[in-house]
Amino acid sequence: MKDKVKERERDNDFVVKIATVNGTGSASANALLMKSIFRMGVPVMGKNYFPSNIQGLPTWYEIRVTKDGYVARSGRLDIMVAMNAETYARDLKEVSTGGYLIYDSTWPRSSLLSRDDITIIGVPLAKLCNENFEGVRSRILMKNISYVGVLAALLDIDLEKLKELLNETYASKASLLAANLKAIELGFRYAQENFACPLAFKVRPMDKTKGNIMIDGNTAAALGCVYAGATVGAWYPITPSTSLMDGFKSFCQKLRVDPETGKKNFMIIQAEDELAAIGIVLGASWNGARAFTPTSGPGISLMNEFLGLAYYAEVPAVIFNVQRVGPSTGMPTRTQQADIMLCAYASHGDTRHVLLFPANPEECFYQAVMAFDLAERLQTPVFVMSDLDIGMNDWMCPDLKWDDGYRPDRGKMLSLEEVLKLDKFFRFVDRDEDGITYRTLPGMHPKAAYFTRGSGHTQYGGYTEDPIEYKMVLDRLKRKFATAARMMPKAIFEQRGQFDVGIVAVGSSDGAVREALDILQARGVGVNYMRIRAFPFGKEVEDFLDEHEIIFVVEQNRDAQLRSLLTLETPVEKSKLRSILHYSGLSISSECIVNGVMAEVGEGRGRAIGAVS
Amino acid sequence: MSYLLKPKVAHPSLPRNELGLTRRDYEGAMSTLCAGCGHDSITAAITEACWGLSLEPQNIVKLSGIGCSSKTTAYFVSGGHGFNSVHGRMPSIATGAYAANRELHYIGVSGDGDTLSIGLGQFCHAIRRNIKLLYIIENNGVYGLTKGQFSASADVGSKAKKGEANTQQPIDPVLTALSLGATFVARSFSGDKEQLVPLIQAGFNHKGFALIDVLSPCVTFNDHEGSTKSYVFTREHYHEAVHTDFVAPMKEITAQYPEGEVLPVTMHDGAQIRLRKIDRNYNPVDRPAAYEYIQRKMAEKEFLTGLLYVEPSQTDFHDLNDTPAGPLNQVPYEKLTPGSKGLQKILSRYR
Repeated sequence: MKDKVKERERDNDFVVKIATVNGTGSASANALLMKSIFRMGVPVMGKNYFPSNIQGLPTWYEIRVTKDGYVARSGRLDIMVAMNAETYARDLKEVSTGGYLIYDSTWPRSSLLSRDDITIIGVPLAKLCNENFEGVRSRILMKNISYVGVLAALLDIDLEKLKELLNETYASKASLLAANLKAIELGFRYAQENFACPLAFKVRPMDKTKGNIMIDGNTAAALGCVYAGATVGAWYPITPSTSLMDGFKSFCQKLRVDPETGKKNFMIIQAEDELAAIGIVLGASWNGARAFTPTSGPGISLMNEFLGLAYYAEVPAVIFNVQRVGPSTGMPTRTQQADIMLCAYASHGDTRHVLLFPANPEECFYQAVMAFDLAERLQTPVFVMSDLDIGMNDWMCPDLKWDDGYRPDRGKMLSLEEVLKLDKFFRFVDRDEDGITYRTLPGMHPKAAYFTRGSGHTQYGGYTEDPIEYKMVLDRLKRKFATAARMMPKAIFEQRGQFDVGIVAVGSSDGAVREALDILQARGVGVNYMRIRAFPFGKEVEDFLDEHEIIFVVEQNRDAQLRSLLTLETPVEKSKLRSILHYSGLSISSECIVNGVMAEVGEGRGRAIGAVS
Repeated sequence: MSYLLKPKVAHPSLPRNELGLTRRDYEGAMSTLCAGCGHDSITAAITEACWGLSLEPQNIVKLSGIGCSSKTTAYFVSGGHGFNSVHGRMPSIATGAYAANRELHYIGVSGDGDTLSIGLGQFCHAIRRNIKLLYIIENNGVYGLTKGQFSASADVGSKAKKGEANTQQPIDPVLTALSLGATFVARSFSGDKEQLVPLIQAGFNHKGFALIDVLSPCVTFNDHEGSTKSYVFTREHYHEAVHTDFVAPMKEITAQYPEGEVLPVTMHDGAQIRLRKIDRNYNPVDRPAAYEYIQRKMAEKEFLTGLLYVEPSQTDFHDLNDTPAGPLNQVPYEKLTPGSKGLQKILSRYR
């Protein structure tokens, strides 16, 4: 009886990981599996751990079925589908006690590679597929689809949902549809005939995914660019940002081709490198188009000189930094939040930049739009600090919404009429005393013309080496940054009670922190939470730091970059900030945060924490 | 020193162009280059060419990188926007600017260091994209602002001011552009305004990337004996292969040319350039032949000038991208998004 209750607890609450070989079609199999669970109304999280390789290296896909809607890795592994002989040994080790390992039993498995605290299930997938499909390629692809059938039987996944999805995917490819359906049936039937299905871990239909979509952050950001009215996109291909421009292109081809003329109301420019990509963005923005570039850390490194120009010459730009693992080439297909300092102070001299930190694809969409508005309002580069985890994984998130009353905020851009009314136009005179000056566009009127330069300039736009004139502009730029701090999206708080311990995080760490808060609370440790959404930091950020005695700064890099930025840019006492750091290349798990907090303030660790209210 | 403005006084007797503007209306701030600098002559030629074409000053967009040459965009057409960007990266700024608004006239001024060293990659890719940009290299073989280092265009054996001879092969922008498929490739000399002005005018009217490599001696660091980019050396080895006359659209062609020596080339907008072949056998519309001839004359140490190759390009960057006829930056927002209704449809793919 007790066992049964325990079993029930694992319904819709377990983790499946699939180990395959890159380039064997497993990506579509895994997407199919995840989507079928989503369609059953059960919240689900998917993470793709793929190699920087086209074919042959090992790849994993982790699916967390989570009735509570947690979006981070839990740190557990209940079912491993070990399809890759090369990684079998370590895949076996990874399974949590009481879990299952499913493998292709076509070939014998060394008895040494076994464990007695887990259940091992062998399915002769290669044999089944070799008997039922022709051609080497087809047999490999179908073998991967067939394990979806096996899992469907073992986990009680609705076969109809799988068929429905396949019908949608292969609507116009009848032969592929038939083959896929057959492969699923093969796996499904074999599992049903040979094992007691379902296992202790089951998917039970729920109603918790209604009003939600499954989308990756790059696609959502690309859609944001479309809705912001961006017309020029320049880029140099780099993992993991490439799919953002792919998405923009595909949306534009559907939505931006003039129905009457057939002309394209967008321009996508694949540049020769990232230096040119950002140069193109600056040229286009300076000339009045909304322009952006998606890139990743190495691209930002190359863009530094131009970013300083954009800061000093006050040219809007939107840069999506889909962060990956550094330093240098690092691990291009793994995730990190290690470009915070790089972007906050990019380029030589006194520069500071606006950063937005989306936590999920939904925010990628809204912050993409916001980034264009802020860039034009502030006449400066704005970075959207996404990462590989957000950018390339499908996340379940609420339907994106759009207000049809939205119009782009072009900021202080003078119209021809306004220019003509002026006695004289000066580009950098602070008329409104908020640090933001007025700009004009080329082609307007001789009176509107001004000279943009990265060299020392006066508030009138002229060249200068005069100490006072130079300082006047530099000091105004500082004022502009203070104005920016008041325009940023506010931090999001989870105030769980009158606690003196807080957690601070940005971006994709959010899901793991939220789950950690629940776990900590269940263990009697009360912690408040602030998720910062932008830099420069607003007053509310300082207040939170002020109100808590111990603040854990959770971030996905080695050098505590967010913590550094907080100590540099707020009056917080440095010793109050404790780091919880995760930088392995996998996304952070809730377990990591719980352990970090408990190690310092948990039971018997010196500091007693107020009771949970 | 800060910002020098020339007094804007136009004498009533000054000639006016079709817009009623005088040459003074096409001037810019006071030059801060050395007295006698070739670049100032080029600035004067640009001013003259813009005035002669009756271009609206606000429709002229001036772009540059870094160096003595790049400063000059402040010294002409103060009624047009200017963007003095970073070293060697003007072509990318030009690409973006041109993408945003195809209706303006873009002129980029660069130097030999800016184009052939730090900016060689961007230079090549701007040609490859065929953006409509008049690209002028003010070429003096030397780094002026850092006081006299050889640039990538310095000839082998050419001597620096202190006597050191250059040993590395030069990169020739004209041959480079020809090999990359550029459709308007010219060479000129800052001291030959009669040649330069119509070349600039033709370049402005070319639908695509137009290169004019202008030898422009550096009077301070590279105008001595032993330099192959001095005034004296250039004049001694000067060889005009083909002379260009520019005839604006709708203008009557009045000049008389001897039969067989003139090659008329019609530009995309109906303007015409008439190429007077001084070297009778030279064919400025045959790319391989032009390449071979230029290379041979270089080996003979002749400084060959003129519109050395032209191909009226009909497909520039915007045509290749199938963008609308008007400026992209003026497409109304309503045409750019499908609104909340469209969003619902899009989202259905992600359920």
